[in-house]
Amino acid sequence: MNWFAPFTRRKSASVARERLQILLTHERAAGGQADLIPILREEVLAVVAKHVAVDVDKVQVKIERGKAVSLLEIEIELPCEPASRPKPRQTLAARLESARI
Amino acid sequence: MAQVVVVTSGKGGVGKTTTTAALGAAIAQSGQRVAVVDFDVGLRNLDLIMGAERRVVYDFIYVAQGTVRLSQALIRDKRIETLFLLAASQTRDKDALTDDGVAKVIGELRETFDWIICDSPAGIERGATLAMRHADAAVVVTNPEVSSVRDSDRMIGLLDSKTEKARRGERIEKHLLLTRYDPVRAGRGDMLRVEDVIDILSLPLLGIIPESEDVLRASNLGSPVTLNNSRSVPAKAYTDAAQRLMGVPIPLEVPTDRNGFLSKLFSRRAA
Repeated sequence: MNWFAPFTRRKSASVARERLQILLTHERAAGGQADLIPILREEVLAVVAKHVAVDVDKVQVKIERGKAVSLLEIEIELPCEPASRPKPRQTLAARLESARI
Repeated sequence: MAQVVVVTSGKGGVGKTTTTAALGAAIAQSGQRVAVVDFDVGLRNLDLIMGAERRVVYDFIYVAQGTVRLSQALIRDKRIETLFLLAASQTRDKDALTDDGVAKVIGELRETFDWIICDSPAGIERGATLAMRHADAAVVVTNPEVSSVRDSDRMIGLLDSKTEKARRGERIEKHLLLTRYDPVRAGRGDMLRVEDVIDILSLPLLGIIPESEDVLRASNLGSPVTLNNSRSVPAKAYTDAAQRLMGVPIPLEVPTDRNGFLSKLFSRRAA
């Protein structure tokens, strides 16, 4: 029998409450703008593509939604120019911080 | 070769999502590559149970429609390296899921994963039939309660007629997973017994998951039951069930009202 049950129970419930609060805040706010992330991705890619050749399949978009701030991370893999070089990779991480993503 | 497993039940609230997450995590822990896939378009919850709800960017529909590649939509679990989640869309209409789209995504998943575990929505509509369409095996989640057993029977009928395997004239492998089982109530005769359910549905038993507060606690924390407290009774039951699904013959014991004092204590608390 777990004697700490009363404490851990309260703890897990408060974790649940906080997770739901964050999630629902984002989902309610997103109501009309569900496509915001794809739009941001396309526009950021377009800017980068003006200067460097970009393979659309080599783009990773990550998000971490937080209480006050969300972190959007767009990682674009850029191939090294001379094709003869054996494959070192460079990545350019475009980080956009926004409170309302 | 990849195994596609659908977790289904017909009735809602019996533990499909909990089961998908728990079995997926347990199999991945043994080193196999596992993708858990949410088919509940518009009402996704597998992301929440897996604790990845804040990290969903692209979902199933994006991949199905070819907007992004599968690798861009898969979310890697932070605890187990070989466990991945493909979320359902929360904002699209459920008709956004098409036959071709599902076939494409499952086909791609088969190339890179050992196990693809599909979390079916409740009901018998499109989402549920699409979740089972490409399955090699099914886990029918059932509560020892009349409406759940009846709905499970209906799903067994659909598995035998609506899946690709059934259409090819092959047999789809079906397993019964009994969840929220309370040995005290079953002992008192207030709950359908294990033998009763097996008898009615005539499916081989994959496992019995006892009713337990550990399940709710794990979902509060966003952790599959098998990872949150691996020594808890439901975690052990799910881990054993996962082993059996992988073909390891682990003997199955029906939980009984054995230790009178403790179980009386628990029954009073549960009542």
